[in-house]
Amino acid sequence: MNRRTKLAGPLLAAALLAAGCTGSGGTSKGADAKAPVDADKVSGTITVLTHRTDLVQDGTMKKYAAEFNKTYPKVKVEFDALTDYEGEVKIRMNTENYGDVLMIPAVIKKNDYPKFFASLGTQAERSEKYHFTDFTTVDGKVYGQSPMGALPGFIYNKRVWKEAGITEWPTTPAQFIDGLKAIKAKTDAIPYYTNFKDMWPLTNWTYVDGAVSCDTRATTRLAEGDPWAEGEDLRVGDTLLYDIVRGGLIEKDPTTTNWEGSKPELAKGDIATMWLGSWAITQFRAAAEQAGSNPDDVGFMPFPAQQDGKFCATMSPDYNQAVNINSDHKDAARAWIDWFTDKSGYADDNLTLSPVKGAPLPEVLKPYEDADVKIIELDDAKGGAVKEIDNQSEVGIYKPDYRQDLVDLARGARKGSLDDFLGDLGERWEEARKSSGS
Amino acid sequence: MTDTTEKVARPNVAASAVRKAKAPRKVRLWRGLTPWLFLAAPLVLLITFTYAPVANMVAYSFTDWDGVSPELSYTGAENYVELFTRPELFEVFFVSGYYLAASVVQIIAALYFATILSFNVRFRNFFKGVLFFPYLINGVAIGFVFLYFFQDGGTLDSVLSLFGVDSDRAWLGTPVSANVSLAGVSVWRYMGLNFVLFLGAIQSIPGELYEAAELDGANRWQQFRHIIAPGIRPVLSLTVILSVSGSLAAFEVPFIMTGGATGTETFVIQTVKLAFQFNKTGLASAAAVVLLLIILAVTWVQRRLVPDDKVDLV
Repeated sequence: MNRRTKLAGPLLAAALLAAGCTGSGGTSKGADAKAPVDADKVSGTITVLTHRTDLVQDGTMKKYAAEFNKTYPKVKVEFDALTDYEGEVKIRMNTENYGDVLMIPAVIKKNDYPKFFASLGTQAERSEKYHFTDFTTVDGKVYGQSPMGALPGFIYNKRVWKEAGITEWPTTPAQFIDGLKAIKAKTDAIPYYTNFKDMWPLTNWTYVDGAVSCDTRATTRLAEGDPWAEGEDLRVGDTLLYDIVRGGLIEKDPTTTNWEGSKPELAKGDIATMWLGSWAITQFRAAAEQAGSNPDDVGFMPFPAQQDGKFCATMSPDYNQAVNINSDHKDAARAWIDWFTDKSGYADDNLTLSPVKGAPLPEVLKPYEDADVKIIELDDAKGGAVKEIDNQSEVGIYKPDYRQDLVDLARGARKGSLDDFLGDLGERWEEARKSSGS
Repeated sequence: MTDTTEKVARPNVAASAVRKAKAPRKVRLWRGLTPWLFLAAPLVLLITFTYAPVANMVAYSFTDWDGVSPELSYTGAENYVELFTRPELFEVFFVSGYYLAASVVQIIAALYFATILSFNVRFRNFFKGVLFFPYLINGVAIGFVFLYFFQDGGTLDSVLSLFGVDSDRAWLGTPVSANVSLAGVSVWRYMGLNFVLFLGAIQSIPGELYEAAELDGANRWQQFRHIIAPGIRPVLSLTVILSVSGSLAAFEVPFIMTGGATGTETFVIQTVKLAFQFNKTGLASAAAVVLLLIILAVTWVQRRLVPDDKVDLV
């Protein structure tokens, strides 16, 4: 016994010592990544961390880099593609070594941006040219820029919807349900596919926010009240999801769904509808080509709600690119971000919205133009506060869990009523909101 | 084998004892240091990769760290207070009940197979391999394989339909069915380990005992009851401890297969979600510490109830 305690002492001490060494990284604060004036003078090797493993593998990113080198010949761009982007970058950000350019991970709190990233300029100046600046603005300074924007909406198979006799976009949730019912009755397709097992597709339902009320202050309203109060956007969206599942309009066994497998199925018309976003259109078209069906069958429609006779769609950013505050080549990194946003054609290549103000809609969104869908950009001034409440309350509007519970509730695998369920969410939200004092 | 080493070892011990008295200071110092030099590598690894992270975790459990922010503040026992004032955080332990029940099945099955294969059975090495094989497969792979297995129209359904059973059910669709299915997977996975432990213990029982018992007219059940069962008691109690802590800390299989949906969330999944979804690393660390304490407590109680006596078969 004595011998054992003798050994335990130094062991514990060593453990504590080692633990002490692993504290979190630097606390440098405030730096600017200024846009270089003379392109020929910018030099250095920069590493770009990206979640687009597919584009790095098929060489697309290399092509962008080669194009970039035409303007900035002395900058060498290297890519580091991470499969589990969020998870890996989060851990790397405990050190100073997280690339020169990176996508801001969702887990970083907005107020911490100045500690991790170099500023790209003031909001007043950048917002004249770019969309989405307020998503990364802290104290009037912008810290990131999304290279593309997307609209949430339903990806649907036009042929199947037509076969069911529906040619006009439904304008109310009730009409939408009727449409799904008609598909169930008249075709063999699964009317709606939840992607329950893969979880993240369910989180897209949060982006209903703003599309129902057509209010640019929708995010602010989340921070200022109960998102599941009668008539609020999230309640309308969640009720629609509940009714779809309740009506038996989904796949037979949601617990074993398969995202990759669902793409060709929708393209071929085995699945009629999924709530995703405009960013998914390319993927489904590619799947259609691979499966040998017509890519033009893949359609995109807005949330079934209208204000003043017009549909509404909210424009939201993808990952925002930012410059590491510890980077040695901030000017080169800044040059890459500016070039990638303005000149790379990345947004066009992905059939998404350009972040540059006044740019035309991509060709896939032609139907939106024809139907005169109102495209709005949400004010994200309270975005940080909403995330804070979301984490504090453990509701998780940006996480899949509560929607999974909602689907379970609707298909009877969980006891309770919809009102109680949403009421409980609202209660937890309100409690966290009041304690965080926003 | 033991005999020869002993023969060699003995004179050595005597000789070193004699030499020790005469050895100069420097040599003595070296001699004292030698075992520590050998121990240095494993100790450094152990401290860096086991104790330091644990110490870190305990330290984090007293802070409000979110997992990335460079700033963290000391909050005292607040996380623990929150943990114990939120009973819903402990409700997930009901799910462990399924795994606990499954581990009973698992131990009985492992014991059964170990006993049978310890006797002379045809193809016994082949069966040993078959039974142990699942344990060698990576848990993530198992999760994916069984996802297809339980899929609608998947392996399980098609096998059942071969036997004319047309089960039209979603195996992971309701909380009870999902938990039973997942617990079944964990039985499939861990039975091999228990089996090998039992088999090793059984084979270390001297063969003469069986012979003697056979001569006395004992049948197989009596041999099991009076020779095998008491002979493997220490291993059995170790297995029970491992099973209990394993069912309290079930994670891999449910996390990959359902992600904790449909009432399959275990305490560890919940902790992971607190830490990595809601960025409450401090609270999650506290939860992990509490889980550690619970497992220690359960083990302690168990050792109290079933003390680990020295087994003496002869």
